[in-house]
Amino acid sequence: MVLERNLMKGNEALAEAAIRAGCRGFFGYPITPQTELSAYMAKKMAKAGGVFLQAESEIAAINMVLGAAASGVRAMTSSSSPGVSLKAEGISYMAGSDLPCVIINVQRGGPGLGGIQPSQADYWQATRAMGHGDFHILVYAPCSVQEMVDMVSKAFDTADKYRMPAMILADGLLGQMMEPVTFPEIKAEQPEKPWAANGHGGKRSHNIINSLYLKPEVLQKSVWERFERYERVKKEESDAESYLTDDAEIVVAAYGATARVAKSAVNSARAAGIKAGLLRPKTLWPFPEEQLKKACKNADAVLCVEMSMGQMVDDVKLALSCSKPVHFLGRTGGVVPKPSEILEEIKKIGGAR
Amino acid sequence: MKKINIITGHYGSGKTNIAVNMAVELAKQGKKTAIVDLDIVNPYFRSADFEELFSGCGVELVKPLYANTNLDIPAISFDLERIANDDGYVIIDVGGDDDGAVALGRYAGFLSLFGDDLDFFYVVNKFRYLKGEEDEALGLLWKIEAASRLRATKIINNSNLGRETTPQDVLSSIGFAEKIAKESGLPLEFSTAPREIACPLLDGKVKYVDIYVKPVWDE
Repeated sequence: MVLERNLMKGNEALAEAAIRAGCRGFFGYPITPQTELSAYMAKKMAKAGGVFLQAESEIAAINMVLGAAASGVRAMTSSSSPGVSLKAEGISYMAGSDLPCVIINVQRGGPGLGGIQPSQADYWQATRAMGHGDFHILVYAPCSVQEMVDMVSKAFDTADKYRMPAMILADGLLGQMMEPVTFPEIKAEQPEKPWAANGHGGKRSHNIINSLYLKPEVLQKSVWERFERYERVKKEESDAESYLTDDAEIVVAAYGATARVAKSAVNSARAAGIKAGLLRPKTLWPFPEEQLKKACKNADAVLCVEMSMGQMVDDVKLALSCSKPVHFLGRTGGVVPKPSEILEEIKKIGGAR
Repeated sequence: MKKINIITGHYGSGKTNIAVNMAVELAKQGKKTAIVDLDIVNPYFRSADFEELFSGCGVELVKPLYANTNLDIPAISFDLERIANDDGYVIIDVGGDDDGAVALGRYAGFLSLFGDDLDFFYVVNKFRYLKGEEDEALGLLWKIEAASRLRATKIINNSNLGRETTPQDVLSSIGFAEKIAKESGLPLEFSTAPREIACPLLDGKVKYVDIYVKPVWDE
């Protein structure tokens, strides 16, 4: 028997979705608040015919992902903020080697060891500087356990399509919460990977997976080619949810768990007669610039809400070319904003019109 | 109700919500009640989060001294034996799975002394299992008993799909729970349903519970 709906914890759902998406190599190292993901993989991956390995460190884990991905296997690692920082070097190597993989970041408060409660303070890291050098990774921002399931499979497909790492940027609240989910039927087939170093069998020449280019012109050319690909990614992959934005005079921009809180506040604002709407980026890189502009076409002001000191707010301002006032409300260090606090801010901005 | 009430189960089965309901209910009846947060494997959604609720209705909350602080480590800093020897009811909210039950095992010898004055509840939620089959729930029961070195005495059916739970979901889970009860040889104490879906279909078949454990956007 198969149930149509299951109640799952976010971390478990991420793991189950990855196995169903064909992930057969998981390499991790425990850290709160994502540990249930690794624990689930430890129990289930072998049964799916894949490899689960708890590495000796985050750095080892990401390099194991690099090796598995180079051989053409769908591979994944997961961690939380401080652990993701440790993976940065390996992610840069994978980007420089044009290798697909999925990295899960169940964010917690920072900087440093920070805390273990939810946070969104790794936005800059994920979208701007996930390692050294000129490169980008795909960044998905789920806001529910169901969306985590859907985005894991999307992340694997898109990473394969463009041969680049993809990240699911979640947070401790999403990782730890329980919600009903449905696992969609997904196609088992994965794209051919003629570039993979998986044994030429004497039938083709060697495939070389590498990120070292000692001749400047050759390295520049490889980066240029990658950035041409990024332009295609920007055109085709940016995604956002617009909620009540058609007539919105004030648009709240928020992603992830914060967007759930913001939606609650937008509903209360509407009930109080304020024309509020919500723009929720589902991809953070590429940032949904066009969707944001469209959502704000009738707005006088934008309010960006984050569990950080203000990071996505930069992208909101850039997308709008500073054509409208962009306000910011942030909580950090593991504090989750309350719907009432966001509503208060909406009223304050509305009152200033 | 027995003096000592231990709540165990799969993590996410709704143990904390059951424990909070039991404590609040006892307090409303004017009974001296203590709730013990023995969940030292998970820092989120635990009994220690409900300090205000408990102090408002006179339930004594016993939690690791540094729960939800910078020094929150998997350690127990309170004297469970003294608390259990005091007058009044004790509800022990144990961490999820056999991992969480290890901490309970520390007190196995002491708790066994309560004999018939102790209930060890195993909470099940049909929707926590991908196939919704009984075997997985039974397997976990045995693992929890082994880790805690105590025997379960009763089953609680807390099958739910969070906010989407319908009366039909609850009704469809009763057979699942009865089968676990039959195969484990333990009685099914009750099935629960969120109070907000109360209806004639469920009246008399379930125990209605209040939902205390919920995300911030449902405030």
